[in-house]
Amino acid sequence: MASAIQCRDLRKTYDGKVEAVRGLNLEIEAGECFGLLGPNGAGKTTTIEILEGLLAPTSGQVTILGQNWKENERELREVMGISLQETRLSEKLTVLETIKLFSGFYRQPRAPLEVLEQMQLSEKANSWVGKLSGGQRQRLAVATALVGNPKILFLDEPTTGLDPQSRRQLWDIIRRFQQAGGTVLLTTHYMDEAERLCDRLAIVDHGQVIAEGTPADLIERLGGHHMVEFQVSVHSNSDTAAWRALPGVESVRHDNGLVCLNVREPHLTIPALLDAVEKEGEHLLHLTTRQASLEDVFVRLTGRHLRED
Amino acid sequence: MTVAQPTRTIPAPPRNGRWSGFRHLLMARLLELKREPEVIFWVFGFPVLLALGLGIAFRNKPADVTPVAIVAGPGAEDALSLLQRSPRGSSIRAAVMVEPEALQGFRLGKYDLVVVPDGKDGFQYRYDPARPESVLSRAEVDDALQTAAGRKDPVPTSAVASSEPGSRYIDFLIPGLLGMNLMNSGMWGIGFALVDMRQRKLLKRFVGTPMRRSDFLLALTSSRLVLMLIEIVLLLGFGVLAFHMRVLGSVFTILLLATIGAVAFGGLGLLTASRAQKLESVSGLMNLVMMPMWIFSGVFFSSERFPAMLQPLIKLLPLTALNDALRATILQGASLGAQSGRLLVLLLWGGISFALALRWFRWT
Ligand SMILES: Nc1ncnc2c1ncn2[C@@H]1O[C@H](COP(=O)(O)OP(=O)(O)OP(=O)(O)O)[C@@H](O)[C@H]1O
Ligand SMILES: [Mg+2]
Repeated sequence: MASAIQCRDLRKTYDGKVEAVRGLNLEIEAGECFGLLGPNGAGKTTTIEILEGLLAPTSGQVTILGQNWKENERELREVMGISLQETRLSEKLTVLETIKLFSGFYRQPRAPLEVLEQMQLSEKANSWVGKLSGGQRQRLAVATALVGNPKILFLDEPTTGLDPQSRRQLWDIIRRFQQAGGTVLLTTHYMDEAERLCDRLAIVDHGQVIAEGTPADLIERLGGHHMVEFQVSVHSNSDTAAWRALPGVESVRHDNGLVCLNVREPHLTIPALLDAVEKEGEHLLHLTTRQASLEDVFVRLTGRHLRED
Repeated sequence: MTVAQPTRTIPAPPRNGRWSGFRHLLMARLLELKREPEVIFWVFGFPVLLALGLGIAFRNKPADVTPVAIVAGPGAEDALSLLQRSPRGSSIRAAVMVEPEALQGFRLGKYDLVVVPDGKDGFQYRYDPARPESVLSRAEVDDALQTAAGRKDPVPTSAVASSEPGSRYIDFLIPGLLGMNLMNSGMWGIGFALVDMRQRKLLKRFVGTPMRRSDFLLALTSSRLVLMLIEIVLLLGFGVLAFHMRVLGSVFTILLLATIGAVAFGGLGLLTASRAQKLESVSGLMNLVMMPMWIFSGVFFSSERFPAMLQPLIKLLPLTALNDALRATILQGASLGAQSGRLLVLLLWGGISFALALRWFRWT
């Protein structure tokens, strides 16, 4: 089966200086929801805009549904819906007028009212775009992507700035789109979003894919599904080798005075940890265990947090 | 009583034809313009107010009365009585005063002329050659004094005042305002709107749909043409109703000229805005492009006043061509054929700037 989106050795250098994308390969199957995950400035927007045919790559190839942008632009535009990271739609048009405008560009669009209803914007149909809240604007942006009845949906940070409830609603819409056979490529900063929504992900850093796979895969590759985080009194905090030697520990990391252990079997590790602390004559100030997340994967791979606050 | 059915009827999805995108863009643009109070003011209110203000300020006043100061001294009363006796006396208002007061009043523009009796039946005029009204009043007072003193003119002459519609300042002004407004709204309306949409990433978003780019530019231009139509009717109608202006040329010719002008300036606006990313930078560029035309193209006064050396250049400016053509058509009823030179200038500006703009235009 042909892949929906494919790119080979994609590179983009802005103004001959900024290397935003450096040799990126992706292959996204039809019907898949694929996520690009990475910190600010990783090159996600650059990559997705090249795939959308809105930005020319410095080098590399892009194939969408077996076609390329040079020869089949118009046909491709008919089958894809996009939402940019930031677009300010005309403030003095109403929501319905905006959707109708976008529907007018497609040969066979969906009914504007139906899309508004799906995006839960029906009651705002006659409000000016300028009067919408941030979340409502974001939903409208996605609605303009859906109104063309696309086969592929490109969403650049669709849920940034949404409240938890609106995020969930948008996830539902994306899932439904996918269940109806659509392909989705989205970028996000949010680990939990990537974990719940995406079939596969690529973690992008400095313009390159540093890891790729299903969310579970990536976490598995981290070497354990569990994280044990603790803090002990005084010096022994930084004694990495001792903690690494505990049974079941895959890796050790220090984070803000906490010791974080990647652990395969917490029921073996924790008693050994308590013994070790006691033997040293120290005591625990803090101990938690939790499921490993993509955040941990990212930190493990890059030594940095995804969101540096 | 009927109970509402629980099932909602959702209209069948439309199937769009070739011009659907254009139609939707034009509709949206017109709606936006309609909801923009500034646009309504600048496009419709401002030119009419300007015409009204200038029309009143420069209306043809009843024959001016010339204020003249006579310096007190021997002979001053003679001068006064001579002036009052003269057949032109009614248009001269003379008063006798001491020299410092007369000179002070002259400096402040209260008097156009100072008459200084030389004490030997003769008079000396003090006038300012740089002030046209001063020069005029010298001739007028001299004339009045000489005729009153008994001069006989060898050739009898007479004069009739003429301020027919068609030759007044307001008649000159309204076509110029029309031209200027076509330039302003073409350049701002297209250039500014484009950069604004580029800055908001809306252009990029549109390009991400199957929208035809040419449809977009066409819709933007068409929306200005619709405004232009209303504007012409308003401004000319205002001239006709408020100032009894006479429109000699055919309405069709005027509309055609205005359309060509609007499209030429639209092209220029497009070119100016083809790359700019920020509203500030495009504002500067626009003013740079329009400034020479505000000055040289004969909006408020005739461009013939500039030195002959500059005339060929001035005639090549698009606004000069448009203003001259509009004036010739509206005021003299000239046909299109008689203005091929001006049309050529406009078409060249429009054509070349459109071609360059399309080459350089950045959608993102
Ligand atoms: N038009 C541009 N000109 C020059 N440099 C650019 C341009 N756009 C992006 N960059 C640079 O390219 C790099 C990648 O930017 P990009 O917008 O693709 O990142 P991103 O992963 O989408 O980040 P974010 O999460 O903040 O949206 C950044 O270093 C950015 O500064
Ligand atoms: Mg981005």
